[in-house]
Amino acid sequence: MRLVIRGGRVVDPSQGLDEVVDLVVEDGFVAGIGAGIGGKVRQSKNLEVFDASRLVVTPGLIDMHVHLREPGQEYKETIRTGLAAAAAGGFTAVACMANTNPVNDSRSVTEHMIAEAARHDTARLYPIGAVSKGLAGKELSEVGEMAEAGVVALSDDGRPVESSELMRRALEYSQHFDLVVIQHAEDLDLGAGGVMHEGEFSTRTGLPGLPGAAEDVMVARDLILLEDFGGARGRYHVAHLSTRRSLGLVHEARSRGLRVTCEATPHHLLLTDSEVWSSHLSTDTKMKPPLRSERDRLALLEGVADGSIDVIASDHAPHHADEKDVQYSCAPFGIVGLESTLSLCLDRLVRPGVIDLSRLVELLSCAPARILGVPGGSLSDGSLADVTVLSLESRTTLNSGRFRSKGRNTPFDGWKLKGRAVATFLAGRKVEI
Amino acid sequence: MSPIGWDRKDLLAIADLSPAEIQLVLDTADSFREIAERPIKKVPTLRGRTVVNLFFEPSTRTRSSFEIAEKRLSADSINFSSSSSGLVKGESLVDTARNLEAMAPDMIVIRHADPGVPRMLAERIAAAVINAGDGAHEHPTQALLDAYTIRAAKGRIEGLKVAIVGDIQHSRVVRSNIYLLTKMGASVTVAGPRTMMPAEIGKLGVRVEDNLEDAIRGADVVMMLRIQLERQSRSLFPSEREYFMLFGLTRERLKAAKRGAIILHPGPMNRGIEIASEVADGPYSVILDQVANGVAIRMAVLYLLSGVHREIA
Repeated sequence: MRLVIRGGRVVDPSQGLDEVVDLVVEDGFVAGIGAGIGGKVRQSKNLEVFDASRLVVTPGLIDMHVHLREPGQEYKETIRTGLAAAAAGGFTAVACMANTNPVNDSRSVTEHMIAEAARHDTARLYPIGAVSKGLAGKELSEVGEMAEAGVVALSDDGRPVESSELMRRALEYSQHFDLVVIQHAEDLDLGAGGVMHEGEFSTRTGLPGLPGAAEDVMVARDLILLEDFGGARGRYHVAHLSTRRSLGLVHEARSRGLRVTCEATPHHLLLTDSEVWSSHLSTDTKMKPPLRSERDRLALLEGVADGSIDVIASDHAPHHADEKDVQYSCAPFGIVGLESTLSLCLDRLVRPGVIDLSRLVELLSCAPARILGVPGGSLSDGSLADVTVLSLESRTTLNSGRFRSKGRNTPFDGWKLKGRAVATFLAGRKVEI
Repeated sequence: MSPIGWDRKDLLAIADLSPAEIQLVLDTADSFREIAERPIKKVPTLRGRTVVNLFFEPSTRTRSSFEIAEKRLSADSINFSSSSSGLVKGESLVDTARNLEAMAPDMIVIRHADPGVPRMLAERIAAAVINAGDGAHEHPTQALLDAYTIRAAKGRIEGLKVAIVGDIQHSRVVRSNIYLLTKMGASVTVAGPRTMMPAEIGKLGVRVEDNLEDAIRGADVVMMLRIQLERQSRSLFPSEREYFMLFGLTRERLKAAKRGAIILHPGPMNRGIEIASEVADGPYSVILDQVANGVAIRMAVLYLLSGVHREIA
């Protein structure tokens, strides 16, 4: 089985490549890359050729933070619809959070997720195991069992690991399996009852506020724990980092040699708390962490550009339309992102020059592969041939009504953007959705 | 705009209104104020119109004020409250809206604990919606009646110094008042415990003071807010005694204000906590005028939103 992706602009920061070249794939792995080499591949029945002229070819994109709701909340999303959404949005792999029902805190749930994903095979699914049993924040879950079954990270996301003791143990124990501990950083007490960023617009709307400090104190605490208990191999990752100060803390800790990484979401990079007000309290502006101030947003943009933010992840959080069609205070937190992230990044980050394309590929592919320790993130010889093909020129209007995801909850509906995914390949096989 | 200057379907927030619209409500209320002094306090203006009073939060004062206003205008009013109505039990707001819409009321007066609910309703139904208080967001008719009361006592709003003291954080009254008073050219100072001061309140165009005397110094108008005792569990202030010591308005403290400064309170009052009886019942208190004016303001709002003025035009 051979594949030639011919004449595309291959952008692969893992080998410093940004050139129009052919990509040759054999038996699921990259077998060669270079100008004109596609023409030398012997014609045969098993040869598939994908014309990528005027298109961009990148290592498969990886969204390291999604909620696929299965098992337990299949009315919001299933592994099937979530992976279809991933493929439609240009992702070849996603890492799904453990806050399902039952919680992914045991081998059997992990195995179920992986088996279900394999049945559809539209994108790779990397389950993230719960730090604590039942996400209750008390006892460590069976990390070793889950690691053997295939989890790629640990997180109680949806909730923070509140207990300092438990975070300490997670940072210690995870080192046996080289798993990164992903924290949803929020001091629940400080933000109790809050539904939007605390600032001018929580004051105007009268909605209870979630102060930025609720994130910052948790990040600061965790970094202290990482320093003292993270040993030589403990790794800590801040999910959906949203404040200027948290970013500063992460940056400072890393400069002291701590093994800390972080991600930002497209919505925190592109929207602010004023959106809650101007949308007349649209529940599609409600998520955790909340849309922050303009000052925070600008700091995140700088972080994405200068490398202090490692990853862009969507925090894809589908909810049923009925659940969101309620007053702001009652709506669940979260928005979908799998089918908007790439276009938003291309149009609002790359096109205006906040970052270049190579940096975007780093954020959406290389870094998540590295942090999770999964294959991908590179198209060098011998790499797994998970590939995303995208168009920079194609215009698209985000239309939640046409999402593959069951979730329609996005504040970006109707946005006119330039740039979108054209195709994805898993181990050299074109994904059909 | 129609000749009379009002073409809104709903009254949801003072933040939406122009100074001219505010002026219009106040002037319209003038013509309704006099009805309260007649032996027969009823006019046929809204005969045949149905007004639904939908109160999801306990309210005696605002609801009875609206009811009296509706009755004096000869509207047919129906009351739903969350405790007595099967209509709202376990039902989503959207379904409540649909059910109401099916009954084809002309106007809906709504009070709800969650900000944004009146607008949500207004966007979904044809009836005119009047916000009678939504969480800590707005309480537009309260601000209008406060403005009416201030104008009646002082002859103007523009140029006045107004101090608002108390639990600023949880008060919808204060937000509506800040918008209204600043739009009409008054200057507003707020004061209260820092634990009850919302973030970046200064961006709403007010001055913030930490203590009562500084806030009311030279003020023409002093508005005291109700302390919600049930919020003490969140440890926002240590005790009622201490609250009164720091922020209670006494005759002695009132000396800092301008001579003849008037005292407002949206009620219900906690005597001896935010306000001393000697002030509440004193010569410059206009607290009961507020209540009386509330009926006239609500009549004006009901009248303007009913569209009757357009039919006449």
